[in-house]
Amino acid sequence: MPRMNLSHFEAAVLFALFTSVVMGVVTKKTDADRIRYGARCFGYFIAALIGLGWLMHFGHG
Amino acid sequence: MATTQKIKEPMAPLKDWAPAVGLGWLVPGGGHFLLKRNGRGGLILVSVVAMFLLGLMMRGAMFQPQTGDILTTIIYCGGFIGDLASGLLYLLATWFGYSQPDVAGHVHDYGTKFLVGAGLLNILAMVDAYEIATRKKT
Repeated sequence: MPRMNLSHFEAAVLFALFTSVVMGVVTKKTDADRIRYGARCFGYFIAALIGLGWLMHFGHG
Repeated sequence: MATTQKIKEPMAPLKDWAPAVGLGWLVPGGGHFLLKRNGRGGLILVSVVAMFLLGLMMRGAMFQPQTGDILTTIIYCGGFIGDLASGLLYLLATWFGYSQPDVAGHVHDYGTKFLVGAGLLNILAMVDAYEIATRKKT
């Protein structure tokens, strides 16, 4: 099994992507709603990732 | 004063949902395939397998159940259940001798979370398969 080295950002984006896909698939009733919800989840994940990243940046001084 | 009473629905017969939920545990998305939801099953399969394999490649640690104080019990027993929920992926990885000590470093840490996360996503998929099998959802 090859070893993989990812940065915080890459790992978090991949986590967000797979989680959003499954959340979209299992929550809504129509395909259009699933795509919309999955995309919205992914957007929220990325916004939280970037927001918390900046918060930690400024928190550390 | 008005009171509301919840009417408890009888549980659906086991034979209606157990095969889909059981197969969904063993093979991510398997329950959806059994219920002829191939597109959704395929997306679940790809997502859960990719997340689990990335966790292995990042050398994430598998949890072993441990008890002690409440936090230790929740983290280790919950983590073990999360790992186990990946079904065949977890069983194959442990049968083939995957054993990674919990070491410091963000990559290993993400790997551990990816392994648990894959199982948790599979639990969501199993719940969805249950709801489809019992006709609570299309």
